[in-house]
Amino acid sequence: MIDADSVSLSVGSTPLLSEVSMRVAAGELVAVVGPNGAGKSSLLSVLAGDVAPSSGSVTLDGLPLRSLRPARLARMRAVLPQRVTVAFPFTVAEVVAMGLYGSRLTAPEEEEVVSGAMAATDVAHLAGRAYPTLSGGEQARVSLARVLAQRAPVLLLDEPTAALDIRHQEQVMGVARDRSLAEDAVAVVLHDLNLAAAYADRVVVMRSGVVVADGAPAEVLASDMLSEVYGCAVDVHHGDGGLMVAPRRAR
Amino acid sequence: MPKTAARASHSAPAATDVRTGEAAHAAAPRSGRAVFRNALIPALAVLLATLCVASAGIGAVAVPFEEVAGSLFGGTGPHDAVLWQIRFPRVALSVLIGASLGVAGAAMQGVFGNPLAEPGVIGVSSGAAVGAVGTIVLGFSAFGEWSVTVAAFLGGLIATFVVYLLSRSNGRTEVVTLVLTGIAVNAVAGAVVGLLTFLADDAQLRSISFWSLGSLGGATWPVVAGVLPFAVAGLVLVPLFARALDVLALGERSARHLGVDTERIRLGVILLAALLTGAAVAAAGIIGFVGLVVPHLVRLVAGPGHRVLLPASALAGAIVLLAADLVARTVAVPAELPIGVLTALLGGPFFLWLLRRTRAGQGGWA
Repeated sequence: MIDADSVSLSVGSTPLLSEVSMRVAAGELVAVVGPNGAGKSSLLSVLAGDVAPSSGSVTLDGLPLRSLRPARLARMRAVLPQRVTVAFPFTVAEVVAMGLYGSRLTAPEEEEVVSGAMAATDVAHLAGRAYPTLSGGEQARVSLARVLAQRAPVLLLDEPTAALDIRHQEQVMGVARDRSLAEDAVAVVLHDLNLAAAYADRVVVMRSGVVVADGAPAEVLASDMLSEVYGCAVDVHHGDGGLMVAPRRAR
Repeated sequence: MPKTAARASHSAPAATDVRTGEAAHAAAPRSGRAVFRNALIPALAVLLATLCVASAGIGAVAVPFEEVAGSLFGGTGPHDAVLWQIRFPRVALSVLIGASLGVAGAAMQGVFGNPLAEPGVIGVSSGAAVGAVGTIVLGFSAFGEWSVTVAAFLGGLIATFVVYLLSRSNGRTEVVTLVLTGIAVNAVAGAVVGLLTFLADDAQLRSISFWSLGSLGGATWPVVAGVLPFAVAGLVLVPLFARALDVLALGERSARHLGVDTERIRLGVILLAALLTGAAVAAAGIIGFVGLVVPHLVRLVAGPGHRVLLPASALAGAIVLLAADLVARTVAVPAELPIGVLTALLGGPFFLWLLRRTRAGQGGWA
């Protein structure tokens, strides 16, 4: 669905991405992990079409990203940024309904999509609240509901679980997996390697603007590689609940 | 997550992005705010109509309510000359300018995603005044009797774009940068007006104080006719951007992700707001705080959705200016207070109250 081919990006003389290639197929959930400053969000911005790469190309459904107008692009991919502030006290339901900008649904259809999206991220009880009055985690879930309401077949999520409690982390990753099971292409930037291990079909590990590993979680998430990438001793345990990643702490 | 058949059906072409239905609010619970929202526009319309008739009857010569109403519908009476040559053009001009300022303020706040944006704050009014005053003092007349209007319009447009370009960074306009840039542009514009004042002769000085204090005293039918096309164009076209302005509250980047052509929308809205404000300033000088306060008042009652906010701000702006003009010309008879002084005198403290109330009540504007 979405395909980045040897993409490089620099700001001034600082290279943020060097020769990064990555694709996400329909029906696939890909986690992008790596230490702070690895270029994960930059990669997502390039995939979203926010910034044009200095070299290389990105195609969406086989079409060059740069050839697509905003309205067309919005029907093909939805993006969840790390943090969304809303300038005026729009209610949660109004913010989620903004995901339907440009769609041509009847009012009952819109209501169904909006309430479905709010239920999926557990924000239905906040529907009448003003977005600026919500906590960070609540705002993140409302923004995700807005992204879901867009119903685009490619989802780009930048740290959707960062501000969430453990229950909502699981719920949000469950939503992402459901979307991939429904043949959407989902790319998620994550810091939590355990979530990546549990939910991703594929894990892309980045460091200093380069992809250092790309494969199934069990292949990629290995103690040696993670310890080196993060500069910190990391153990990987294989238990009943799947793969568990934890830092090695001095006792 | 109901994906249903919607993905197939949401292939609307970009040109139809701007919609007019109430759909965005469909999912909102039927709250008290929804009731206010639906009742607001009819209520404001009735209030405006009543105030128009009342205002036309009040003044140095009192005209009974029945005669004003009758005269409007083709009747004749002893005060026809007063009504048709003085009162009606003044009421019409107040309504047009008040509506223009209200809509321009709401549109500016929406397009900047910033509750402090107002034609006055970001320099469009003073830019327009520079154009108008410069035309008066330097005798620029390339556009004949439209020279002042054209110059005011261009001055407002240039000042707006200077502020806009200078205050943007990373795709978002920060409150502090915006206000500081506006202050800088206002200072430069003020200095230019000062310089022109220094160069002006006595007759020109009178015209200049007219511009800088604001007055509806020059209201005649030709002036009304001069403002009318700009006001109508703006009032009709700005609401077409309502849905896009809602989405712009998410910030430029997220709005673009949702399919808003942010550059085109911003350019269109800023042009229209500068057109509305430029025409208003050309006819009546600088009238501050209407564009800033009126949209905030409307948001308190009806929420921030632009489909209601824009028309309601037009009506409320017309009401506020009509009422202010009524006070300005009756409170110190036979003298007439400059209306810009009055709106700033009342609007400033009121805005302070609004600011504190909003901070306390709903977590602020941003």
